[in-house]
Amino acid sequence: MLLKEGAIRFPVVSNEVFPFPTRRDSPVIDQVGVEERAQRFCARSLKKETKVTALKLAVTMLDVTTLEGADSVGKVRQMCQKAMRPLPGDPSVGPAAAVCVYPRMVGTAVKAVQGSPVQVAAVATQFPSGQMRLKERLDEVRYAVGEGADEIDMVISRGQFLQGEYRAIYDEVAACKEACGKAHLKVILETGELTTYDNVRYASDMAMAAGADFIKTSTGKVPIAATLPVTLVMLQAIEDFYERTGRMVGMKPAGGISNAKLALQYLVMVREVLGAKWLTNQWFRFGASSLTNDLLMQIRKQETGRYQSGDYFTQD
Amino acid sequence: MSANDFLSGGFAPAPESADHFEIKKSYDLFIGGKWVKTAKRFETTNPATGEVLSEVGLAGKKEVNQAVKAARRAYDGVWSKMSGAERGKYLFRIARLLQERAREFAVVETMDGGKPIRESRDVDVPLAAAHFFYHAGWADKLAYAFPGCEVAPIGVVGQVIPWNFPLLMAAWKIAPALACGNTVVLKPAETTPLTALKLAELFEDAGLPAGVVNIITGAGETGQALVEHPDVDKVAFTGSTAVGKTIRRAVAGTGKRFTLELGGKAANIVFEDAPINEAVEGIVNGIFFNQGHVCCAGSRLFVQESVADKVIKKLQKRMELLVVGNPLDKNTDIGAINSAEQLARIKALVKIGQEEGACMWQPSGGVPRKGNWFKPTLFTECAQSQRIVQEEIFGPVLAIQTFRTPQEAIAKANNTQYGLSGGVWTDKGSKIFKVTTALKAGVVWANTFNKFDPTSPFGGYKESGIGREGGLHGLSAYCQLIH
Amino acid sequence: MSNLSIPKTYKLFIGGKFPRTESGRILEIRGAKGAFLANASRASRKDFRNAVVVSRKAAGAWAKSTAYLKGQILYRIAEVLAGRSSQFEAELTAQGSSNAEADVAGAIALLVHYAGWSDKYQALFSSVNPVASPHFNFSVPEPTGVVSTVAPADGSLTGLVSVMAPVLVGGNSQVILTSGKILSAISFAEVLATSDVPAGVVNILTGMRDELVPEFAKHMDVNALLLCSDDDAEKKAVELEAAENLKRVSLQADKALSPSPYHILDFQEIKTTWHPVGV
Repeated sequence: MLLKEGAIRFPVVSNEVFPFPTRRDSPVIDQVGVEERAQRFCARSLKKETKVTALKLAVTMLDVTTLEGADSVGKVRQMCQKAMRPLPGDPSVGPAAAVCVYPRMVGTAVKAVQGSPVQVAAVATQFPSGQMRLKERLDEVRYAVGEGADEIDMVISRGQFLQGEYRAIYDEVAACKEACGKAHLKVILETGELTTYDNVRYASDMAMAAGADFIKTSTGKVPIAATLPVTLVMLQAIEDFYERTGRMVGMKPAGGISNAKLALQYLVMVREVLGAKWLTNQWFRFGASSLTNDLLMQIRKQETGRYQSGDYFTQD
Repeated sequence: MSANDFLSGGFAPAPESADHFEIKKSYDLFIGGKWVKTAKRFETTNPATGEVLSEVGLAGKKEVNQAVKAARRAYDGVWSKMSGAERGKYLFRIARLLQERAREFAVVETMDGGKPIRESRDVDVPLAAAHFFYHAGWADKLAYAFPGCEVAPIGVVGQVIPWNFPLLMAAWKIAPALACGNTVVLKPAETTPLTALKLAELFEDAGLPAGVVNIITGAGETGQALVEHPDVDKVAFTGSTAVGKTIRRAVAGTGKRFTLELGGKAANIVFEDAPINEAVEGIVNGIFFNQGHVCCAGSRLFVQESVADKVIKKLQKRMELLVVGNPLDKNTDIGAINSAEQLARIKALVKIGQEEGACMWQPSGGVPRKGNWFKPTLFTECAQSQRIVQEEIFGPVLAIQTFRTPQEAIAKANNTQYGLSGGVWTDKGSKIFKVTTALKAGVVWANTFNKFDPTSPFGGYKESGIGREGGLHGLSAYCQLIH
Repeated sequence: MSNLSIPKTYKLFIGGKFPRTESGRILEIRGAKGAFLANASRASRKDFRNAVVVSRKAAGAWAKSTAYLKGQILYRIAEVLAGRSSQFEAELTAQGSSNAEADVAGAIALLVHYAGWSDKYQALFSSVNPVASPHFNFSVPEPTGVVSTVAPADGSLTGLVSVMAPVLVGGNSQVILTSGKILSAISFAEVLATSDVPAGVVNILTGMRDELVPEFAKHMDVNALLLCSDDDAEKKAVELEAAENLKRVSLQADKALSPSPYHILDFQEIKTTWHPVGV
């Protein structure tokens, strides 16, 4: 597939795969401890220029998302416009990192963002449940890539994970990675269904070993989506993986990040766990649909000193 | 990129505002419900800036005597006769007033003592209020606390508290004393008198009968006069083991009751199967909380050899993130060292550590020019025989040793004259109980560290003190049990 | 055939054995009418030191033994003592006791009483603390360690048992100083030695109070001290010495202690344990 003009490409897609890790290879997680640690990031106070920098950074990390049965060509096109120019008239804000759509909408999205750095991500592998044979799930990945998707957001088979068939998870991630070709692979763990931090940590370690370029918390389709502590567990997994292998893996919390304050807490956490190196949209994304406008309102508030109204920001 | 740019790792200043209340230019002693002037006075300063905050009265023998007399009068005349339920209501009132003025107390605590506002705001002040609230409820229920005993108050209690948790220690001491029907003369530390004096203002607002609590400020001599006063029935002290022993001798043969909360050199033991990231956070919380000015600080780290490199590397990475600086800034993790004397002591012991062959490491960041500061510090290659391993440094300095077996860890952990607290990190439940049972310490944190609660008894084995504070067990320190 | 009696040699009781004092000194014990009864050992500070060493060695295992076993052993002491009560009555009477029968019965009653506390005082003095954070938090009593015990000066068996039993049932080891009717104290050691009390858990020295009490208070490897005394100067001196390692000191009147679980509590440390509650 040809590169879209002007698109920022990931330097090299790493196809390196590491051996299947056993559960004992993953450190145990203490729930209370990790939740306390996550709370501590919330005590950080961002003011003035630090806050503006972080807010603007957050906009560039958005995977602006629509994943509805009602998604239409018109809806996707409008969303792509917003992703490219979040704050019309202020080129210092945005563009967003990507748009995230179902495979059928990839073609529409690719056309709509052409010439901009905005990437097109597609959810695949029988999103959100993953309850289908691997063959068809891989076919879906190939279809989305064929339509021009730059990134594939796959789901793992949580049922199999919970019944102890860990090897199957490792194998499906590796197979998806292969099916992605040059497209980037984000692996959705659906942490709300894995239920324990120990499971999240092990699934993260497995996904990374099998070749994930990103690990992602949630589909947004189950009640419990991204939280600070679950993201912290995944960031720590990324940190340890990087220490061990030298390979950077990206992180995408998705679902439930609905306001700017929370987004900034995530960024503080990324900075303190992984360092500033990870603070680009190459390595960190927000999967969100309603976060964009709150970020924009906060940026405007910092500039003007006035609290803002929704009437002044486009609804898409 | 500016220094405060998010990407370069810094934060723009985020100071807590200090303009919504007043620190008076001078404070007198609070005796018998009145503010009593003294001839001699001394200044209290902000250790982060050196700026003088206020001037307070220096209580001599005369004022100590006056305060004990006021407490005796209040005991005989009012407090010992009042029903438990009524006493409880005063304590509830105090708890509420403290909650209402929480932010003011937090800011004053930080300015006078140097601790980060995040801690005074989130730990010290809420816990202080919680202590009053908890003990308020006990006041009319003491008959249920000690099966088979008749319970009576002791009388006048003399209390001497330290500078590391000025308000919280005042609450730890005053709340149970009052709940059990005693009256109090309290002396805060000379470097941190302000929140105790503000607490006196709050007692006035609460309408607490005159003389039930008396606050006198001064240094060691004032404390000594209070401890030695013949009409004091009980002495409660928190501070160094050396002073604790002096007080123990002073009360010998007098029949005075006493409780002592003294020094510590806690072992924090990390096993290879520990939740490693949480353990690192626990180590940080254990030794760098309140600049390490904590008697129960986890100042000795024992880490199993198989994970030592990993733990130390993670610990160093975490320490790089600790923000040292203006205690009033909401992002500050490590504030100012409480006094120039304490800073000198920390520096001296750290120098000795280096001379004795331990390997020192500090993070790369700087510290402000003015004021008393010490960077978070760790020592590797430590041995039991080194002074930094044996002596309480009372600063942000961690001594790390490795071990091979649980038996070795336990033996080394207990190889100290202290016994206040300890920590254990492992995922294996049976190992937790094995180790927590074997540690000769009054408080043991398993897979956590430096947690406090008014319902939870606190106090040490061996030379870390005598008696408990908090919880059911803490009550017995302020009651006569007749059995 | 000779009918000459075989008098007993009264020695010390240290580490489950009956050694003579290392000092070679004796205390001549005479009966009410001045008749010679026996030469008892006059313990020295070195004997005390040796007793503390064996006490320390014995402390760990005794503390860890089950509450059930401790109760069994205390009851066993009562049984063995009851079986030999006539001997004790005679011996106490010979030393001048006017109520030997009541004294022995009182001692047996105390042993039975404290035997029953062995697995109950922990529940009485423990707590689960409802902390305001996701932690399980509990406080339990643990034995203080090695205790110096100075028995009431009258030397009654009841007095001796009244101080020994609460310290013992609480899982501590101890070195007891007896004065007064010391022959029966040593005979009581024989009871202990045949009652499955592990060697070194209880050690009994006979000697001079003014010589040994200061040593009891001074020793740095003693964690607590129980002193029955009505002598203010003695009490103050003990407290001053105890300050050096912050020994726990329980000062009691110079008579038998009435039974109470709070005497057990005097030789317990409260340990509070925290653990997070999570999955």
